[in-house]
Amino acid sequence: MNTDPAHLSTNEFIKGLWRENPIFVQVLGMCPALAVTNSVINAIAMGLATTFVLIMSSMLVSSLRSFIPKQVRIASYILIIATFVTVAEYFIQAISIELHKNLGAFIALIVVNCLILGRAEAFASKNTIWPAFLDAAGMGLGFTFALICLGGVRELIGNGTLLGYMIFSENYQPWIVMILPGGGFFSLGAWLLLFNWMKSRKERLNLAAENSH
Amino acid sequence: MSLPKKTLEIRTSPHLKSPIQTDTIMRNVVYALLPVAAFAVYLFGLAALLVLLVSTLAAVLTEHFLCILNHRESTIRDWSAVITGLLLGLTLPPALPLWMVACGGIIAIALGKFMFGGLGYNSFNPALVGRAVLQASFPVAITTWYPAMTPDRFSSLPASSLTMPFMKPVWDTVTTATPLGQMKFEHIAAETGNLFFGMSGGSVGETSALIILICGAYLAARNMLNWRIPVTIFAVVAGLTAIFHGISPETYPTPQFMLFSGGLMLGAVFMATDMVASPLTTPGVIVYSAVIGVMIVVIRFWGGLPEGVMYAILFGNAVSPLIERSIQPRVYGTTSRRAKA
Amino acid sequence: MNHHHPTLNPPATEPPSSWPMIRALAGIGILCSLLIVSTWQLTLPTITKKKNEYLEKAIYQVLPGATSKKTFKITPDGKVEQFEGEERGVQRVFAGYDDQGRLVGLAIEARGQGFQDVLKILYGFSPEKQAIIGMRVLESKETPGLGDKIEKDPDFLANFKELDVSLDENAQIRNPIVPVKHGTKANPWEIDSITGATISSKAVANILRENTLRLIPVVMKNLQTFEDGSLAGNGP
Repeated sequence: MNTDPAHLSTNEFIKGLWRENPIFVQVLGMCPALAVTNSVINAIAMGLATTFVLIMSSMLVSSLRSFIPKQVRIASYILIIATFVTVAEYFIQAISIELHKNLGAFIALIVVNCLILGRAEAFASKNTIWPAFLDAAGMGLGFTFALICLGGVRELIGNGTLLGYMIFSENYQPWIVMILPGGGFFSLGAWLLLFNWMKSRKERLNLAAENSH
Repeated sequence: MSLPKKTLEIRTSPHLKSPIQTDTIMRNVVYALLPVAAFAVYLFGLAALLVLLVSTLAAVLTEHFLCILNHRESTIRDWSAVITGLLLGLTLPPALPLWMVACGGIIAIALGKFMFGGLGYNSFNPALVGRAVLQASFPVAITTWYPAMTPDRFSSLPASSLTMPFMKPVWDTVTTATPLGQMKFEHIAAETGNLFFGMSGGSVGETSALIILICGAYLAARNMLNWRIPVTIFAVVAGLTAIFHGISPETYPTPQFMLFSGGLMLGAVFMATDMVASPLTTPGVIVYSAVIGVMIVVIRFWGGLPEGVMYAILFGNAVSPLIERSIQPRVYGTTSRRAKA
Repeated sequence: MNHHHPTLNPPATEPPSSWPMIRALAGIGILCSLLIVSTWQLTLPTITKKKNEYLEKAIYQVLPGATSKKTFKITPDGKVEQFEGEERGVQRVFAGYDDQGRLVGLAIEARGQGFQDVLKILYGFSPEKQAIIGMRVLESKETPGLGDKIEKDPDFLANFKELDVSLDENAQIRNPIVPVKHGTKANPWEIDSITGATISSKAVANILRENTLRLIPVVMKNLQTFEDGSLAGNGP
């Protein structure tokens, strides 16, 4: 095992992107993952808003970790998270009214995304600011990546476009179910199937490699 | 050294087996569906024939390949995939592009049946799952109806049938409205006689009430279909409609119109009776059918859609395990659950 | 007699003092409120500007030719007053004026039940033509690809180029707006529905009918207020 600090911090960052991906591996934060991924742009906006809240609240929690008694830690974390969600909501509104309308109630619901509280409780409250930042950034980007995966599939099949650009011919018949809530479940199921298949294949290959030695 | 020959053979229950096997029942259901399909082809011509062929072929091939992919023995010989394909074809409009029909067949088997573990494990009627996904995906295509008994129906196809895969269909100008659609949006009730003999627009096989009833009776007589399910559904729908029609004849249609229009006959006789997705006990079956009947009336009268049989049956399938749980027969020799509690 | 009871020993583990908890919650509370208030101060001008632009864009779209606007509200007892901002339950009417300050028409907000959820629309009314001259859906959750055609279908939107809502001698609407089957529009007050989106088309027609029956007579009675609006606003 490599234990030099640089490697450890890269590890904190990388783990959220793939190995412990919040959506595909931990299956956390399903509510926004299913609700607002009907287009890539919504998925990116939701992912970045969540990443912002995740990074800011993780850093604040980490810096205040000796100041917060454990009896009131959950209340404090929620207070901090809710604050950054409100801040994010104002910023989104200032950037684009249309985007704010598309994301609707789901911006406010970032508060109850268990991913954020989970990282605050499991990681930020036990680590210094720098690792907490890396962990939050990795998890946030992993979450954004997963939302883009979902949104990409849904927008492509459900509308024939990606980021609003026509991908197939003008006459492509969109599968409307994919941009309805049902499509969220279908594409999430398909992605989980793919991830689990890759995981079990890797395990099988490792086992075969061990046996052959 | 060889093992001593066993003199006592140990088997687990059930020890008594019905001589009727799954594939016998399934084969008979296919026989019963054939006259319905034949009449549909007579009504809608080549288009209906192609829809039925494509949906059946898609269902059977999907079943075969998924079995191979799962390293299992192919189960297409038990006829259940044929039934799913035929039933799906019968619920679709005749002029639906054939690539959509094929997608429906694949989805019905893959999502409606294999995802749950194959025959015997599906919680929903696979054909209806396929149709529900098609309906949600292509709401316009699946509600564009083609008139029955056009003179050139055996020589030409509607333009939409042979649409390039994944492309938008181009519709013929001669489309029509279903009797239920006319009732809902224009308050025009069709004549009961026409409905009974199937001379109206609609899905491929949801038109002739008479033939469906005869075929259902054949299966019921051979004890291969639980007659309580269709009878309860008919009774509940007719009863509720009679009450509302009695209160306000202008707003609500007559019971006979409700019974013979749309997919109610086909749904009640061939789909609600899916052996896997319906309850086992008689009280359970009655409750299940009553739930479906009430849902049909509710969706048709107050829902946004003209037809609700498909969603009503899927809903019934979904609550069927709950019904089964709450109406459990007492195991012989034990006290009732209530007494124990 | 003067026996002193020995004071009871305190329990081995002292109950946690509440001071650190109060300190933490209060501290975080203050910090958070500061953060929220400063962000709000920072973003408020931009948000107000964007909201206004968004609304203006919609208004100028339903009132072709208008270049400035003034906001009014209609009180429940049928009076028209100048108004700023947005308030729940307030019926807003926006008067649009051209470059010379003449009244082009009125953009009126209307809402009602759609197929899925509440539909919010904005329509432009021209007092000169006594007709609806534009319609835009502000908020809708209609089925994509089906019900949302009410926002895009050019044939459907053509209904609102000049939809008759003229008043009769009793200052009431002569012919209430009605939806008709696609391709059967025969009169200027009928709305040609979209095939396959009957319910959403009907919803739009019903919202407009209900709203025009209620408001157009009031608006016509108070036309002078709207016409004077530009002077009052632009005056020194």
